[in-house]
Amino acid sequence: MYKFLLCWRYLRTRYIALVSIVSVMLGVATMIVTNAVMEGFTHEMQERIHGILSDIVFESRSLDGVPDADWHMQEIRRIAGDKIAGMSPTVHVPAMLGFQIGEEYFNKPISLIGVDEETYASVSDFGQFLQHPANRQKLDFSLKAGGYDTVNHESVEANSLMTTTRPQMEIAGWTWRKQKARFRRPPVAPAGSLDKNPFAASTPQGEDFDPAKEQHAGCVLGIALCSYRNLDNTEGFLAIPGDDVDIIFPNAGKPPKGLSAKFTVVDFYESKMNEYDSSFVFVPIRKLQELRGTIDPTTGVAKFNSLQIHLKPGANLEEVRDQLRRHFPPQTYLISTWRDKQGALLAAVQMETAVLNVLLFMIIAVAGFGILAIFLMIVVEKTRDIGILKSLGATGSGIMGIFLGYGLSLGIVGAGVGVALGLTFVTYINEIADVLGRITGRPVFDPSIYYFHEIPTIIEPLTVALVAAGAMWIAVLASILPAWRAARLHPVEALRYE
Amino acid sequence: MNNMTSSSTPHADGQIHFAQLVSATAPSGPDGRVLVPNFRTRESIQTAPTADPRTAILSARDVIKSYRKGPLAIPVLQNVDLEVSQGEFVAVNGPSGCGKSTLLHLLATLDEPDYGEIYFEGNRIDNLAAAGRDILRNRYFGMIFQAYHLLPELTTLENVLAPAMIGESSFGYWLRRREYRQRATEMLQLVGLDHRLKHKPRELSGGEMQRTAIARALVSQPRVLLADEPTGNLDKATGEAILALLGRLNREQNLTIVMVTHDREIAASADRTVTLVDGRVQAA
Repeated sequence: MYKFLLCWRYLRTRYIALVSIVSVMLGVATMIVTNAVMEGFTHEMQERIHGILSDIVFESRSLDGVPDADWHMQEIRRIAGDKIAGMSPTVHVPAMLGFQIGEEYFNKPISLIGVDEETYASVSDFGQFLQHPANRQKLDFSLKAGGYDTVNHESVEANSLMTTTRPQMEIAGWTWRKQKARFRRPPVAPAGSLDKNPFAASTPQGEDFDPAKEQHAGCVLGIALCSYRNLDNTEGFLAIPGDDVDIIFPNAGKPPKGLSAKFTVVDFYESKMNEYDSSFVFVPIRKLQELRGTIDPTTGVAKFNSLQIHLKPGANLEEVRDQLRRHFPPQTYLISTWRDKQGALLAAVQMETAVLNVLLFMIIAVAGFGILAIFLMIVVEKTRDIGILKSLGATGSGIMGIFLGYGLSLGIVGAGVGVALGLTFVTYINEIADVLGRITGRPVFDPSIYYFHEIPTIIEPLTVALVAAGAMWIAVLASILPAWRAARLHPVEALRYE
Repeated sequence: MNNMTSSSTPHADGQIHFAQLVSATAPSGPDGRVLVPNFRTRESIQTAPTADPRTAILSARDVIKSYRKGPLAIPVLQNVDLEVSQGEFVAVNGPSGCGKSTLLHLLATLDEPDYGEIYFEGNRIDNLAAAGRDILRNRYFGMIFQAYHLLPELTTLENVLAPAMIGESSFGYWLRRREYRQRATEMLQLVGLDHRLKHKPRELSGGEMQRTAIARALVSQPRVLLADEPTGNLDKATGEAILALLGRLNREQNLTIVMVTHDREIAASADRTVTLVDGRVQAA
């Protein structure tokens, strides 16, 4: 009983010891914040990668692909049909994107993806990364009259300092296309004034393509392919929905030859994963198969590169993957989960978290030595009291208990305040970043650099508990030596101590 | 060892020179180094006790104690015999440094003698294990000190409750807390401090602190009260009040008291005075 009473009294009267645990407190708070942010970061990134990639990717090792998506889908359903929620065939080819700006012609390497607009949205979060509200409901690769988002719809909730506006998107769509067509209309001589045109006979016969009324096959560009940042924190575009672009891609010949086709930009794709945003261009799968010549003219069966497989919730990814791997020859097919696809990135983040945790725990361990020093001081200061307690019959282990208990209670206070501080910080982390941004004049968390609009945080109760327990453990560990010294003090010498 | 009296010759500066002390008693080695006398092996010098220790409540028998400083041993108590009977008020008197406090510490099992035995109610206690001695100090001995030795963090009442808290497990104390508080309050009433229950020691006067210490010493109903210069830090009047209190406790409750003091006058208030000079009991 006297142990608790004295612990409590020491805790309330020895402010120097409370100061010594400030470092424990800060260490705990930092660890909680770091873990919450890293956890949030990992989670968000996984969500995004997962959203882009679908659960299982079934790929052909050949660029030309393999024929008959329907047969493959039937076969997959036969093997693991009870776990499959949806499938969508896609065609992936490396390609070049070309577009004209003023007198300049821009070329960029891209990854061209033919998607089935009927099923693609059901296997991944593809739809929610688009900029037109109607396309987010259902993509149909047709140019909309207007109404494209001028800010990223995911960042509407985020605060104004971080939001980037896109004024050009206001006129995107048919408005822009018509305006541009009118502006670029070639000068036409009045009828009858050029009746002796020497080239009249060689002009191709057929319908004229009127860009003010018609569009080419639609394409969705990764937003980073043609966006740039203005000084006033707005985002500009080299091409917007309504513009025509050239896409140059290999055909299915042996050897492949480059083909060029015009597409009309109908939307932007913004997943915030820069790797994808700066390389993906989506076009309708049938159009791409047609252009590349992978459709068998007699049967109409086309070749595809990969199948995106979406599993039912709760299905074991690895199990389905292994089932498929056993069935399809690995020489021809590459079957992987979304985790396999981005394993290196996820592993890197995990590694980073682990290293940060080790370093921060070192900080708490260093704080432990502070506690040790202060505790040795307190034991010296309390020498006479220890003698008194011994003269009253307190056992050595009882004296040790006082100081171990004192260490533990300091640990509890430090860890408790640290946890409270950390959780508060995590809760208001975006507000704090915003205030800091306002004070320093530049955003602490620049959403254009990261994948997210806000600092993502996830508080893992187990992590918080482990961090708090670790801090308490260190506090107790640091008080073992002083407590042992106190227990070993000779009562007579302790009583004589002035 | 009987020629030890010669070692009491004071040095010119009034202090006893350690080397002189030991060289007088201990043989020198071939290289002239002073050898440490080993008191535990001195069986031959053992003298018969003057009284049977089994009849006395507390007794010291042929106790030798020295403090070691490196290779030197400074003798403090030399073959001290002391008998304290039940209900007796004994004063141990002697000049500073004569070893009377050390004797008290030995009686209270706060320290161990180098040689000789301490008996309590006929049982040898100086060789008890630490746990046994802790229980003895907690339940059978009450101690008061010159410097009061109250715990500064605790209130008067809590200080008086301390022995109970130490002796009981936390749960046991919690179960019987009313009883203990009642008893502690009674003890403080006995010493006339029941109006100061919630005060911290630093808010009390010297006399009040010593009375609190007496209440603390009595709360566990000890068999023996060991007092180390209880009036040493107090003015004459307050000191006399404390002595009167001790005398009253001795008479009314038949409490055995061993009081150490350097003051002959104070020693005179006890039933019997034992005088210690240079670690030896002087014949009365």
